[in-house]
Amino acid sequence: MDEWRLPDKGTVGMVCLIVAESAIFIIFVIAYIFYLGKSLSGPTPAQVLKLPIVETVCLLSSSLTVHLAVIALEKGNARLSTLWLAFTVLLGAIFLGGTALEWRELIYQDGLTIQTNLFGTTFYSLVGLHASHVVAGLLMLGLMLGFGVAGKLKQEYAHRLHMISYYWHFVDAVWVVVFTVVYVIGR
Amino acid sequence: MTPTLTANETATARPQKLWQETFYSWISTVDHKRIGLLYIGYALLFLLIGGFEAMLIRIQLAVPNNHFIAPEVFNRMFTMHGTTMVFFVGMPILFGFGNYLIPLMIGARDMAFPRLNAFSFWVSAFGGLLLYYSFIGGDGLYGAGTAPDVGWFAYAPLTATLFSPGHSTDYWIVGIFLSGIGSVGTALNLVATIVCLRCKGMTMGRMPLLAWLYLVTSGLVFIAIGPLTAAQIMLLLDRYLGSHFFDAQAGGSAVLWMHFFWIFGHPEVYILVLPAFGFANEIIPVFSRKAIFGYPAMVAATVGIGFISLGVWAHHMFTVGLGPAGNTFFTLATMIIAVPTGIKIFNWLATLWGGHIHFTTPMIFSIAFLFQFLIAGLTGVMLSAAPFDWQLGNSYFVVAHFHYVLVGAILFMIFAAFYYWFPKMFGRMLSERLGKWHFWLMFIGFHLTFDFMHVPGVLGMPRRVFTYEADRGWGIWNMIATIGAFIQLAATLVFVWNLIRSYRKGELAGNDPWDAWTLEWTTSSPPPHYNFAEEPVVHSRRPLWDLKHPDQPDSDYE
Amino acid sequence: MSFADIPSTQVASAGDSWLMRVFHRIPFLSGGPTSIFSPQATPARDIYGLSVFVLLVTLVIFLVVAGLLLYAVVRFRHRPGETDMDPTQLYGSRQIEVAWTVVPILIIVVLFLSTARIISLTERARKPANALNVVVIGHQFWWEYRYPKLGIVTANELHVPVSDPKAPTPTYMTMSSADVDHSWWVPKLAGKMDLIPNKVNVMWIDPPEPGTFLGQCAQYCGVEHAKMLIRVYADTPAEFEKWVANQQRPAVNDPAVTEGRRIFEQTACVNCHTISGTAAQGRFGPDLTHLASRDTIASGSVKNTPENLRKWIDDPDAMKPGCLMPKMNLNEHELEAITAYMASLR
Repeated sequence: MDEWRLPDKGTVGMVCLIVAESAIFIIFVIAYIFYLGKSLSGPTPAQVLKLPIVETVCLLSSSLTVHLAVIALEKGNARLSTLWLAFTVLLGAIFLGGTALEWRELIYQDGLTIQTNLFGTTFYSLVGLHASHVVAGLLMLGLMLGFGVAGKLKQEYAHRLHMISYYWHFVDAVWVVVFTVVYVIGR
Repeated sequence: MTPTLTANETATARPQKLWQETFYSWISTVDHKRIGLLYIGYALLFLLIGGFEAMLIRIQLAVPNNHFIAPEVFNRMFTMHGTTMVFFVGMPILFGFGNYLIPLMIGARDMAFPRLNAFSFWVSAFGGLLLYYSFIGGDGLYGAGTAPDVGWFAYAPLTATLFSPGHSTDYWIVGIFLSGIGSVGTALNLVATIVCLRCKGMTMGRMPLLAWLYLVTSGLVFIAIGPLTAAQIMLLLDRYLGSHFFDAQAGGSAVLWMHFFWIFGHPEVYILVLPAFGFANEIIPVFSRKAIFGYPAMVAATVGIGFISLGVWAHHMFTVGLGPAGNTFFTLATMIIAVPTGIKIFNWLATLWGGHIHFTTPMIFSIAFLFQFLIAGLTGVMLSAAPFDWQLGNSYFVVAHFHYVLVGAILFMIFAAFYYWFPKMFGRMLSERLGKWHFWLMFIGFHLTFDFMHVPGVLGMPRRVFTYEADRGWGIWNMIATIGAFIQLAATLVFVWNLIRSYRKGELAGNDPWDAWTLEWTTSSPPPHYNFAEEPVVHSRRPLWDLKHPDQPDSDYE
Repeated sequence: MSFADIPSTQVASAGDSWLMRVFHRIPFLSGGPTSIFSPQATPARDIYGLSVFVLLVTLVIFLVVAGLLLYAVVRFRHRPGETDMDPTQLYGSRQIEVAWTVVPILIIVVLFLSTARIISLTERARKPANALNVVVIGHQFWWEYRYPKLGIVTANELHVPVSDPKAPTPTYMTMSSADVDHSWWVPKLAGKMDLIPNKVNVMWIDPPEPGTFLGQCAQYCGVEHAKMLIRVYADTPAEFEKWVANQQRPAVNDPAVTEGRRIFEQTACVNCHTISGTAAQGRFGPDLTHLASRDTIASGSVKNTPENLRKWIDDPDAMKPGCLMPKMNLNEHELEAITAYMASLR
């Protein structure tokens, strides 16, 4: 019984969580697609949505930076890892800021709220659900960044950072779907 | 290190301050065995409460135009009964057994994530308490007592603020939402444990079938709980932020709620039944003295059931107006699931065949399970034929069918599991004499209630009615069902008494009272805190069989 | 007509199989006014034929498997005194597994095809040109029936003409809901169909013989779900014509009850109820134009007698707790007058 190697429990656990979360997102996406074109009134996607290019580029780049942070920590370079983590958090924060600005414009200039019509209902809930997951991810990454800044980020935590990065990649993948469904197909 | 009581210590030997230590050790535990017992104890408590609600329902329905309880109260009773039994009895008890048994059966020290395990329990438990707080908290349309009264599947738009003002529906939403978080946490733990913590030599093809069943169950949890969570978020947004997911006035769809709910709801019933199958897979072979027949087929059938169960949900919606294509598709998908399910029944039969059957209490509950699950499956086939369902759907025939599965199959198998594993958990045997009383009372009561409950369905009685007209011919059947309910109540009380009495004075069990074959029977009863001093090494599906039969070990045949 | 003398005719038709006739003879299953095994219209009859077939197949499966189980449990029980040695271990058999996979699949194919046929028969039936159209709207806790081409609006008691199989005149019902989900179920006529807000469902019935058919709401819709009863009257052509003519007339204007009419029109009653030809044009509650022509009130739950009418108007909640008609707090005089007025609306 020399080679008894079983998969890593952190990876398995994170995959399970991602599957469960995906199920929630898929339902919101289905609701969005189902209600496309069915609003009885109010602004339509084509009228008010603009492609969020900057936010998307930032969020997707942050997947790269978090990946680099993981590799750096695996190699034992805590300082470099902290730097990449800082970039990741910054890019994520820009994404959230961009979303906030977009929503402010939609609410105050275009008059679109969650109550306005079916488009408003499905838009804010889906994008909001995603944004809440970005917040959760940023909290975790922020925590790791805090450890890094305080000089407490150790090489043996690389695996945990790796698991957090899986979560972050998942959040980005969901954004790709949301972007495609809401801003490309739905408009 | 918290002292663990073995069966030899008596209460008088304990010093006074130990109860605080004991209490603290239980609420802060991360030991899978204790968390398992917490889940099971919690579920038993709610079984009694949910059962009490059922008794009120049955008394009200015993005669036509009865005035035992008011319609509002009745509607709360059936809502709470269903919600309690599914989310706060079924799920916790099955997660409890899974928690307790899986690490022991795969030779592990604990679950993969012990702290997540504890968190999952406490968050689910809080969900249940929150749901029941609804009886006294908040205010609703009629004032006193505001438990939810929208049915356990809470169809929109009955759940909109317009039709369900006050907070009763919100308790339903949040209580179950929390329990869903706990379920996902436990399922995650189970998968990580089963996939990553098996002892040396235990390939996936050698692990006990119970582990396979819990693996597939957990997979279903990941896929099915999400839709329910999503739908509940949508409902909360509708109720509090004025969104229009299910608001017909704004173009929203009531049918969408049904789809989302049943995409959860149907796999949910498989989540409830698969662990029961798992218990059968462990218990029936031991008391037939034969290995389970067709292990690979059982695995394949389980995985098949898991997959197919994700695609049959709209058989709960045959009367909604899906159109002939939709109705035809879901009829076919539902009928197909009968194939792997039948395979399981046949394999159990083949396990019994040629064996030496010992009629211990766990075994007689298991045999009753086989008989009753067969009937339940067949009434399910009847309901799967959409036109037949156009008559029988939403009638007492459906109520009889699903109670046949939930009580006749699942609860009976849970009782079997209790009798089988109680000795391992507490070091003492449950009384066989009381067990037989429990069984026969339960069997007679169950059949009186649920066999005859099919008849009012055929005679046109819809479900969720607080009373019924005297001229329909439903009275006699409802009376019989109520009598059966009282007998089942007596059976349950006998069971509770058995648990209490045997905990204190039951016959000492030893490690392996049943001459069984899986790893949990190698430890002491109860097992030490750490389960195994050394990691076991296995070479076949029944490590203890190999040890007891060195001349014809399983490893020669697998 | 009292509740007890609703005839429960069991009209066997030429197309019934021997098995269906057997079922007709089982009194506790097919007796009673709402048994699904006593079909009185084509949709119910088609379902009945399928049900009996499915029941037969499942009965055979049950007898075989339960029989084997019983046999195994008796034959292979461990008798005391027998050897404690474990029996021969049998781990599986590929041939057997294949056999008991293939046979169920074949059974499923047969069941599925028979089912698909009935789904098609019912849901894809072609609608004849002279079908009667009725719009059914579900409310908490009553049924609104509108006959658009005849200009009739009524509530809770549905009149349809019988349909001669040689020249069918079925009734097609277009159904939706004004509030929450409901379900229309009259077992002897057809399978149930849900009434859902913002969605239109269609079903049809074609009773060949005159009679009265009972049913009730079959989708939980709130407090008084259990009392949302249905009565369908299949009338001969002559009876139906007479009924239609009466319903098309505006409300009876009996001078003896002018006082009642006056009070009615000046109280909030008009906000919810319509009485055609008067100032009452409310749509929230049932149309009362021909209330006195109905056998029951309160959605079928009590007989339409002046006494019940009076009790109902005085305090609806006492008769149907949770019903949406409020107590109007009328004094004796007002109550008497309005009751008399209602009773005059034939």
